[in-house]
Amino acid sequence: MRIKRIYSPLQCPARIAMLVAGFVIVMASLGLVSTASAAGSSVPLETPHIDPGSKKSLQRGAKLYVNYCMGCHTADYQRYNRLARDLDLTDEDVAEQLIFTTDEAGEPTKPGSLMVNNMSNEYGRAAFGVIPPNLALTARSRGVDWIYTYMKSFYLDPGRGGIGVNNTVYPGAAMPHVLWELQGWQKAVYEDDGHGGEKISLELASPGSQSPQEYDQTITDITNFLAYMADPIKQTRHKIGVFVLLFLFGLLAIAYLLKKEYWRDVVH
Amino acid sequence: MSKLNNAVAWIDERFPMTKMLEEHVTKYYAPKNFNFWYYFGALSLLVLIIQIVTGIFLTMNYKPDGELAFRSVEYIMRDVNYGWLIRYMHSTGASMFFVVVYLHMFRALMYGSYKKPRELLWIFGMLIYVVLMAEAFMGYLLPWGQMSYWGAQVIISLFGAIPFGLGDAITLWLRGDYVVSDATLNRFFALHVIAVPLVLIGLVVAHILALHEVGSNNPDGIDIKKLKNADGIPKDGIPFHPYYTVKDFMGAIVFLIVFFTIVFFMPEMGGYFLEHANFVPADPLKTPEHIAPVWYFTPFYAILRAVPSKLGGVMAMGGAIIVLFFLPWIDRNNVRSIRYRSLAYKVLLFSFVIAFIVLGYFGMQQPTPTGTFISRVCSLIYFGFFVGLFIVSKNEKTKPVPERVTS
Repeated sequence: MRIKRIYSPLQCPARIAMLVAGFVIVMASLGLVSTASAAGSSVPLETPHIDPGSKKSLQRGAKLYVNYCMGCHTADYQRYNRLARDLDLTDEDVAEQLIFTTDEAGEPTKPGSLMVNNMSNEYGRAAFGVIPPNLALTARSRGVDWIYTYMKSFYLDPGRGGIGVNNTVYPGAAMPHVLWELQGWQKAVYEDDGHGGEKISLELASPGSQSPQEYDQTITDITNFLAYMADPIKQTRHKIGVFVLLFLFGLLAIAYLLKKEYWRDVVH
Repeated sequence: MSKLNNAVAWIDERFPMTKMLEEHVTKYYAPKNFNFWYYFGALSLLVLIIQIVTGIFLTMNYKPDGELAFRSVEYIMRDVNYGWLIRYMHSTGASMFFVVVYLHMFRALMYGSYKKPRELLWIFGMLIYVVLMAEAFMGYLLPWGQMSYWGAQVIISLFGAIPFGLGDAITLWLRGDYVVSDATLNRFFALHVIAVPLVLIGLVVAHILALHEVGSNNPDGIDIKKLKNADGIPKDGIPFHPYYTVKDFMGAIVFLIVFFTIVFFMPEMGGYFLEHANFVPADPLKTPEHIAPVWYFTPFYAILRAVPSKLGGVMAMGGAIIVLFFLPWIDRNNVRSIRYRSLAYKVLLFSFVIAFIVLGYFGMQQPTPTGTFISRVCSLIYFGFFVGLFIVSKNEKTKPVPERVTS
């Protein structure tokens, strides 16, 4: 007696393809949904239009990083010569234009070195109350949206003696507005949010050397560079990944035909 | 050819090579009606191999030292040739291990694979699951990020709930220090790379030997050994090799497509496989805003948090795992497969699975009153499954089970 099949086994290529596609879609959406909510901030974060493939943007970001950020923020998981290789620069370019630090012997830092800054932890603690964090992995711990929004959210706050600024993304941040010369100063405008609370918005009080559009490009470049530094292999990884998957799909076709051939003599 | 035969004969006189191959591969008769759910046993073996091989290569560059561990992982990610690939395969493998093991366990529940005569097979499997959790927990400390550190701190402190003054002594003994520290990292490394894998491999061998002794179950839950042909071969059986080796090969490639999609395109898996906070080095003086274990532990973590008292929570969490060991005796019905069981059983199993997934979700979230309420309801459903099963299975109205397997 034949009994009607209840659960269909994995039998035809269409079903396998659907299954794989299903897995990939579910996982991709899982990935997308949660990256958006990665950082724990109360202010809505803005997404920068970064282009990880643009070497020009990354080079500008690297230049801004070593000039404005690296005085305080080390990035000593990353090597200068790795940066050179990935950003289409030579070791000489890097030595001339990006290395401003010296090693323990007082010699200029070598391109093969890690991107260590020259500020000591003791100095950092004395000046800011905390050691300025290593930024090499910040794009992975806080996310690019956080970095971008943070850099455009400094405002004048006379209540904060010493640095005189605050930040809506990270209230009470110990960091002064390092890019003030470029952006200028913003001030906070408090409005009624219509629910009995206060809404804070920022407006430019005195302009800097860059227009708002130019400043936006500046911080987009820095964000792009920090994203690169957090995961320097990402671009290559995606390229290799495509070939690996193409190979596996080819192998799957062969494996399917092999299975079908063997199972021809299994009587159901 | 005769030279090869001679060589084989030479070995067989001294070692049961052909005998073992026949017993476990070429003359191991498996039911011919395995479906989708029967891929996950072989796949968990594949993931085990991936984990062992990538683990060996990681050990070559990893430094189990509180000062160096985090940096050595970044060194592997940036300076070791293809170190990123090895590391992402290992981190993805850890999560995918639990994916395939959970699906494998669900299969056993659905088709009654734990029932007589497969009780020991089930118990070996459960032991593998418990040991795997220990392996994953210890491995998660090694990157020495904030979540590694604080996750370990929270989980180890749970043992502090043990009464009679033993709690503090046990946590101290586990950590080797008053807080999670370099001493803890060193011993977790030793256990993660040597002790626990040895136990795991031993249990996997026992699991497979027990399986091959009693034979595989199937989606109909029929004992295929009851009906044999003139040669003593089960009528519904086919030799594992070549039929299931070619089929599992195909399944393995589908699995690898999913696996490498994650490895190459989304290794963090949106913070579920590699948590965002773990890209910050461990800092004993700074507690992260939100501590949550990795996704595969969260159903049990949600049960822990659902119980108002700490000791009660720890007991409920432990109980949730221990009760699974007794499943072969809690389910008193002889019919194995869900295909021939009552609606009541199907409803029970369905609610159990939903409750488990919902618990997993709330275990990842910050505690909220609604979340805690839902977790409590789902914890009751989780334990209610076993109570309900014990009652329902006594006099269950089942459908007639066919003689032969259905295709």
